[in-house]
Amino acid sequence: MSIFDIIGPVMVGPSSSHTAGAVKLGLVSRQLLGEPVTEAEILLYGSFLNTGNGHGTKQAIAAGLLGMKEDDRRIPDSLAIAENAGMKITFGEAHLRSAHPNTAVLKLKGAVCRALEIQGESIGGGRINIHKIDGLEANFSGEYPTLIVHNVDQPGHIAEVTSMLSHKSVNVAEMQLYRESRGGDAVMVIECDEEIPQEALKWLEHLEGVLKVTYYSPWKEIV
Amino acid sequence: MSYHSLKEICKICKNEDKEFWEVIRADDCCERQVSPDESLQDMNKMYEAMLSADASYDKKKRSASRLSGGDGALFWEYVESGMNLSGSFMGKVIARAVCMAETNACMGRIVAAPTAGSCGVIPAVLISYQEKTGIDNKKCAMALFTAAGIGEVISQKASLSGAAGGCQAEIGSAAAMAAGMTVHLQGGTPQQICDAAAIALKSFLGLTCDPVGGLVEVPCIKRNAAAAEAAVSACDMVMAGIKSAIPADEVIEAMNEIGHDMPEKYKETAQGGLAVTESAVRKTRPRTRI
Ligand code: SF4
Repeated sequence: MSIFDIIGPVMVGPSSSHTAGAVKLGLVSRQLLGEPVTEAEILLYGSFLNTGNGHGTKQAIAAGLLGMKEDDRRIPDSLAIAENAGMKITFGEAHLRSAHPNTAVLKLKGAVCRALEIQGESIGGGRINIHKIDGLEANFSGEYPTLIVHNVDQPGHIAEVTSMLSHKSVNVAEMQLYRESRGGDAVMVIECDEEIPQEALKWLEHLEGVLKVTYYSPWKEIV
Repeated sequence: MSYHSLKEICKICKNEDKEFWEVIRADDCCERQVSPDESLQDMNKMYEAMLSADASYDKKKRSASRLSGGDGALFWEYVESGMNLSGSFMGKVIARAVCMAETNACMGRIVAAPTAGSCGVIPAVLISYQEKTGIDNKKCAMALFTAAGIGEVISQKASLSGAAGGCQAEIGSAAAMAAGMTVHLQGGTPQQICDAAAIALKSFLGLTCDPVGGLVEVPCIKRNAAAAEAAVSACDMVMAGIKSAIPADEVIEAMNEIGHDMPEKYKETAQGGLAVTESAVRKTRPRTRI
């Protein structure tokens, strides 16, 4: 925590969790998709659903999907801006069980026809947690470049991934591992200090036992 | 972090012959690996954002819930008529606090200080002080370091969030930060800065977070005015020679204990207190949720 979390951030109101955090959810989701969003179905849950209208949560998520940051004065007008830009947005209720009270599920389609479903939580102070991607456990903050590898739970995969990262001089900030059952599906979530090169991601995708590779870059320019 | 309590900050001030704000800045330089000049410039940007938020107030704007908007303009008019009992300086402080909190409620751009709900307290006092004395922006930025240092200690020892500690943690902390900041501006000692923070915070211990409809509007907006006033009066008391009977660090510890013991319904859940009064329920009858 820096003193600029105490005097700051500069943000569009009224709420750091329901507005600033919601912008961040949209923005991180857009970066995850990696291309401009053409269609978005936004499903709200809990306090997002109940108090979202009064907090501008819908405008905030849409603003993030358009690439705006939390201090963008256009946030209140984001729905009209999205419409003009040809982004189709619909809203609904997320039927989840025992999720975080500030949760949104974003079903996105991109210009190049990629599709992604993201379940994100606004956890306070404008910070977020990407809980699931396409229904699979993720849990990362969106502050760092993040690699998510779904693989079969068998020996050697973790070593393969980490040695690839060290080979590319990428420093690991945080790493989490989950698995459904022994020998079943497993997930690695690795937050890094540097970007991971594209060819390294390609190489990972082709490894035997690796089911899916998702990469999040906070800085990639999306046009 | 080179300090974990206000007492430690005072000790560093004495040992290294530094001002309170300089200790906080030195720590920022170390944490973020920036030069003292860059650190001051970054804080200056925060102050400029506060000025721009203050100037952006629009009296015609209403919040999405229709619960708030326009009150700040009413107060300005009253202050300008000269009829208000609070005097010219305090009148402006109150007007600015209400305006800023309304701007936040109406989706304007503000500086969370320490939170969005309490964003009016510090700028209301600081901008009015600048207007009264003519100090430059740089001096205001220095004062913000003092406020930030107090907030930092509170966040370490207790919390700055209504969901975790009730409104005492948001509005109370903002009052404490603004009080210390104002003593700094008035030329008080590090000890006096801490005493003012203590006096201001004591006035808000136990304050619940019970916003109507779960929205950052009622009672939040008017509490910004109350906290700004408390900050100015705490500063004046201290500069008059009054001390706090309980040291600031102990007041913060007390706030932490109270926050822990406070029932969940008073922590931003809108399930208790003002949020469930008859009028609150009537005013926030569910419209469409989607
Ligand atoms: S009542 Fe709650 S939401 Fe309102 S200012 Fe206080 S802590 Fe923030």
